[in-house]
Amino acid sequence: MTLNDWLFGRLTVQAALPFYSAIATAAASIVVVGALAVVVLLTKFRLWRPLWSEWLTSLDHKRIGIMYVVLALVMLSRAVVEAVMMRAQQAVSYDSPGYLPADHFAQLFTTHGTIMIFFMAMPFLTGIINYAMPLQIGARDVSFPLLNSVSLGLTAAGAALMMISLCIGRFSTGGWSGYPPFTELAFSPDVGPDYWIWAVTLSSIGSTLTGINFAVTIYKERAPGMHLFRMPLFCWTALCTSILMIFAMPPLTVATALLALDRYAGAHFFTNGGGGDVMNYINLFWLFGHPEVYILILPAFGVYSEVFSTFSAKALYGYRSLVYATMAIAVLSFTVWLHHFFTMGQGANVNAVFGIATMLIGIPTGVKIYDWLLTMFRGRIRFAVPLLFALGFILMFAIGGMTGIILANPGIDYQVHNTVFLVAHFHNVLIPGLLFGMLAAVQYWFPKAFGFRLNEKWGRTVFVLWTAGFLFAFMPLYALGLLGLPRRTVEYFQGAYRPWTLIAAFGALLLLLGLFAVGAWLFVSVRQRDDNRVPAGDPWNGRTLEWSMSAPPPEYNFAVRPRVTGRDQFMRDKLGGMAYLRPDEYEDIEIPLGSAVGPLLGIAGILCGFGLTWHIWWMAAGGLLLSIGTVIARSFVRETTRIVPAGEVRLQHEAWLGRLAMERPASRDQEIAPSNRGLALADGS
Amino acid sequence: MSRHPGLNLAHADEKAHAEAEPLLFGFWVFLMSDLVLFALLFATYATMMGVTAGGPGPKQLFELGPAAIETAALLCSSLAYGMATLVMKYERGRVWLLFWLGAALLLGLVFLCFEIDDFVGMFAKGGGIGRSGQLSAFFALVGTHGLHVTFGCLWIVVMMIQVLVFGAERRDNKTERERLLADRVQTRILRLGLFWHFLDIVWIGIFSVVYLQGLTA
Repeated sequence: MTLNDWLFGRLTVQAALPFYSAIATAAASIVVVGALAVVVLLTKFRLWRPLWSEWLTSLDHKRIGIMYVVLALVMLSRAVVEAVMMRAQQAVSYDSPGYLPADHFAQLFTTHGTIMIFFMAMPFLTGIINYAMPLQIGARDVSFPLLNSVSLGLTAAGAALMMISLCIGRFSTGGWSGYPPFTELAFSPDVGPDYWIWAVTLSSIGSTLTGINFAVTIYKERAPGMHLFRMPLFCWTALCTSILMIFAMPPLTVATALLALDRYAGAHFFTNGGGGDVMNYINLFWLFGHPEVYILILPAFGVYSEVFSTFSAKALYGYRSLVYATMAIAVLSFTVWLHHFFTMGQGANVNAVFGIATMLIGIPTGVKIYDWLLTMFRGRIRFAVPLLFALGFILMFAIGGMTGIILANPGIDYQVHNTVFLVAHFHNVLIPGLLFGMLAAVQYWFPKAFGFRLNEKWGRTVFVLWTAGFLFAFMPLYALGLLGLPRRTVEYFQGAYRPWTLIAAFGALLLLLGLFAVGAWLFVSVRQRDDNRVPAGDPWNGRTLEWSMSAPPPEYNFAVRPRVTGRDQFMRDKLGGMAYLRPDEYEDIEIPLGSAVGPLLGIAGILCGFGLTWHIWWMAAGGLLLSIGTVIARSFVRETTRIVPAGEVRLQHEAWLGRLAMERPASRDQEIAPSNRGLALADGS
Repeated sequence: MSRHPGLNLAHADEKAHAEAEPLLFGFWVFLMSDLVLFALLFATYATMMGVTAGGPGPKQLFELGPAAIETAALLCSSLAYGMATLVMKYERGRVWLLFWLGAALLLGLVFLCFEIDDFVGMFAKGGGIGRSGQLSAFFALVGTHGLHVTFGCLWIVVMMIQVLVFGAERRDNKTERERLLADRVQTRILRLGLFWHFLDIVWIGIFSVVYLQGLTA
């Protein structure tokens, strides 16, 4: 082994630089220029120190939640652009190679899927839960604030590997599910699958830890009187999602680890020869993959539940049935993984069992839809942006659910499997389901997090563009799928596909505009923040505890821990004239000190992942040692918390109560006017 | 007094119990997640049993003697660890606590030595990880357990140092701050105990499913 091999492993100038296609070069340049721009701006405005000490090392669940959402939005941007590139390719590649080389196209569908699932959807919902759930259950933080920061660090490390793969070397061409034997050394000898393995592994470990943290928080940190059946529904969905994470992420870790053993140690888990068995991978992957679907959708269901209730000014209809439906979905999600491979050789009876189990999930989901509709029935409905997303969700998700039931029938599945019909189906549940839910959550909780409302007009524009874009981009794929267009097709020769691919490309363009609209939405809102301030903290006449504090909330969340006597506690308090009371006494509050452990473990994760990908062993070992050393060093730190004295809490709380007294309550007609300062007229509507 | 059955902080106050509760419960949840990981590795091994691809099988590769010694070492290590937690509970002094932790560590290392020797022997007989599906699954399952034991040993070393630095008894310490540190060491020792006994349980599964079944079938 030469020194060069030792220092750089498989990394050579030739293998590393993205000059295999002009588009890849351009994409890499954008990433590099973007990263440089961020560095320059941070330096120019002297923001490095605040970024490090107030954000990256913060253990405050609210800040960690916001950082997760920022990560999700950055990754969303990349993955949407990739989606548009793929649709554009299919629009022009009738009887022609189009503008993308096949290998590059394959990288695009792999990174698009991997990012959207692991680095957009997962961080997005983790961020929203992180922000809202502790506030809703009346907690001062999550149970393990440091672990929370570590999860973020590991997830961000995975995302960083994804971005590095755009600039150095190539990514996998094996799809987001990374099926062997294609991803084995024999067929993919380059570094692509290795990038995929380590990015996904980092993310899966981060998510497992997040699941443990959230579940323990919900079980152990609820405010006095907050029985499980008094929790807001969003917390129930967060709990079920966390439990799914605890049980469903390990199969993914095992699947990627065994694939790594095949690639690095010459093992024979999934190889063609030597006794390998591909079906083991496929079972392991979907043992994770199917519960994952519900990890993604349940928090969105929770958001919709809050939104329907708040913007209909009614208690949630059928609360208990919604809870049981959520739990039923969570349990059933472990019994259906086989429907991802009906065509891979099981007997008809096995397929039938899993097909029926799959259809069963439609029942609790249907219960939820009816509950939400009945929540609106005779409510005083305001068509605010979150409710628009929720309504769009109900209409379009119902269609996606129906096509899911169609696909659950093994006979039909044999006809349409591996076609874009499937692509249409899962985008139909994930865009109006998960993504709309997360965007609704942003509009809904943003004023709580930052102290001002988001612009309504731009919010509606985002909604219209994403809805229209989704319909134009994915409805044609149902038709195309029935016509037999296989998914991941780079070039085709049937003229009948052409009109549909053109419509889909138009839809993708609308989605791109939708992405820009999200940027404009945030930008315009920040510019107009002084017109939309809600310091009193309750802009939507909210029902749950997170609305009972200032916006943004103090670091310790609750000046005094609330006592809970029933559901929708804050609405009870407001109607009973018990809200915003001056407590008799305050007490010292212990909050965690910031810590560099999370970012350090993130850096260690990047070193490990990058080193392993390129066979730079010293770097991988260094990353491992850094992570072990960091954890051990942390265990010797004596001071990990600080005390906010009762006097200071009193001062801050009374200052806020004083401001409240000066605000005029706003009625619901004034909800989106500047006169809504976050103090709601307590008339129960 | 204790609201958590797994908790035996000797003379700690209510606050110490309240703080330990989410930590211990969280650790149980983590172990549950880890158990899923082992369950999947067991399942993978089960599907790959007999897939020798023309290479050596269990009868040629496994030896009951070393496996039995490994089992005894690990179980005795757990016993020693149990003694350590009792010493901690009844405050019999730092020396005895370190003695029993050291004994647990030593037996853990004995286990690892025999296991590594086993692995080397298997490689020498042509039974490496790349020889067949069954051997891949064997090394993944037994190796993952071994890796856990390795980290457990490292953890015991760290805890022994922490006992020396922070003390593990409230009476060692004067101020409340120091008492808190001692409480922290105690809950860490309890959690490490859960981890250590958990690895025993997994090993018993490995001994039965992999070794006994492989040698009798």
